[in-house]
Amino acid sequence: MQHLTLKELQKKLRGGETTAVEAAQKVFTQIQKHEPVVKAYLQTFEKDALEQAQKADELLRSTNGAAADKQPLLGIPLAIKDNMNLLNTETTCASKILKGYISPYTATAVQKLQAAGAVIVGKTNLDEFAMGSSTENSAFQQTTNPWDRARVPGGSSGGAAAAVAADECFGCLGSDTGGSIRQPASFCGVVGLKPTYGLVSRYGLVAFASSLDQIGPLAKTVADAALILNVIAGYDEQDSTSVKQPVKDYTEFLDRDIKGQKIAVIKELLGDGIDDAVRQTIQTALDGLRKQGAIIEEIAMPSFKYALAAYYLVATSEASANLARFDGVRFGHRSKNARDMLELFKKSRAEGFGAEVKRRIMLGTYALSAGYYDAYYLKAQKVRTVIKQDYNKAFARYDAVLSPTSPSVAFKFGEKVNDPLSMYLSDIATIPVNLAGLPGISVPCGTAGDAVSGTVGDAVSGATGGLPVGLQLVAGEFAEQKLLQIAAAVERGSRFERIRL
Amino acid sequence: MTISINDAGHVANLARLDLSAQELATYTEQLNQILAYAQELNKLNTDQVEPTYHSIETGTILREDKVIDFPNQAGLLQNGPDVSGTSFVVPRIL
Repeated sequence: MQHLTLKELQKKLRGGETTAVEAAQKVFTQIQKHEPVVKAYLQTFEKDALEQAQKADELLRSTNGAAADKQPLLGIPLAIKDNMNLLNTETTCASKILKGYISPYTATAVQKLQAAGAVIVGKTNLDEFAMGSSTENSAFQQTTNPWDRARVPGGSSGGAAAAVAADECFGCLGSDTGGSIRQPASFCGVVGLKPTYGLVSRYGLVAFASSLDQIGPLAKTVADAALILNVIAGYDEQDSTSVKQPVKDYTEFLDRDIKGQKIAVIKELLGDGIDDAVRQTIQTALDGLRKQGAIIEEIAMPSFKYALAAYYLVATSEASANLARFDGVRFGHRSKNARDMLELFKKSRAEGFGAEVKRRIMLGTYALSAGYYDAYYLKAQKVRTVIKQDYNKAFARYDAVLSPTSPSVAFKFGEKVNDPLSMYLSDIATIPVNLAGLPGISVPCGTAGDAVSGTVGDAVSGATGGLPVGLQLVAGEFAEQKLLQIAAAVERGSRFERIRL
Repeated sequence: MTISINDAGHVANLARLDLSAQELATYTEQLNQILAYAQELNKLNTDQVEPTYHSIETGTILREDKVIDFPNQAGLLQNGPDVSGTSFVVPRIL
């Protein structure tokens, strides 16, 4: 039962073939069985979840399943990344500085899940403050990749991706600032969707880089991601950057064919710096799309070579400002060794933040400091305009642009953690999307058999072959319906099977 | 453009981070690597380009300047490291 997709579970719950309590129990059995190795969750809420599931069952029974018309996620066990507030639960951002912080309210996106009847089973691990690409920057635990315990799950939503891949939930909310939903989804063989900036409210999401952050689903299938997006999308007056958009059904186009759809492959993201095995798997997926009638052409995105540098200046600048609130005064860790106010700030922050967070605060503070603002921050924002222009040119001619989600499959623990620049390079394909605010999705399109060591499957019974490869599709602003339509075609055309732990 | 360990110390002070000598040395080196990489940006001519501060154009959002009480004041205060009544206690400033 825990191996079902969200959509399949939804149908069984509605039809009375199973109960929400049974679904929740199966999820917690799976969690108990696999968490000692996977370590996807920072906390779980078994008692509350079972109570909520019981209420969901009563509603389903008394209405003969009709309650699910009003509450599409009724009785579905979901998780959230631990940088989103859920009333009266700890929100740590995997940082020592927030250890013990109790959410005084619930984030809008999470509240919408609850209003739709979802049962929240727990909060998942991440790189501290969502800064990282491997979840190794968590102050609390190392999440492992369910496909290979010697490898990272990606990041920063590594716990979310691992929990979905290990069937420890039926979907999870993540956040994506430079690829933090899509890259771990790619590494763990699940679907990860970053919606258009402003489609989903960020109220209650702990801010990292405010002009780039966006909440979105990690799910077992494209259809599941669409079902979750249906619930969380929409304007929220608590987030002034959320955009008023007409309500859409994001599942509407999923079954439509893609005959005549024009898809551009980004030349720069299929050449140097991309692993051969990844490139081959993507090429096979392209054949699959051609067979379904899509028109595939290659385009150049010359500005992309500047995206990574621009991103790290913009994101760290915004982070240095956003993280100024962690000062040991009103919440979070307070140093016991401070003699005056200034020392209280400096020591509380130094003791509470981890190495990568400090590094980014340093870079961002430098980029914004007197004399350097024009050379770094302003320059980066101008480069951002050029990247946006490149995308606009592409979308004048194409329905979507395509690339690998990441230049490699999941890498090993320790491989990149001491070399910040090489870690940053693993986000090269996802970062331009955030700079332009566009919707992007990672869909598993196969496994890269040749690229991996013999350790694959050591935590797995019956799994063979290599590690998953994610294919990234990007569409124009608010074109999520079309994005999901093409993503579903990728899914149909690929020979990929989810892992079963 | 390279930064010295003194520059890094100045930035750490601006960022209100009490860093050890070892941390300062490491960050100086790593920031120089990252900033050297960022020099790439200068190869792109942006003289005629306007900056993008917001990826999706929404214009300036205005709202009425109206006070609304947060519904869970107790929830906010419980997170304070040192609270007296409805105040957060800090070391003496004056």
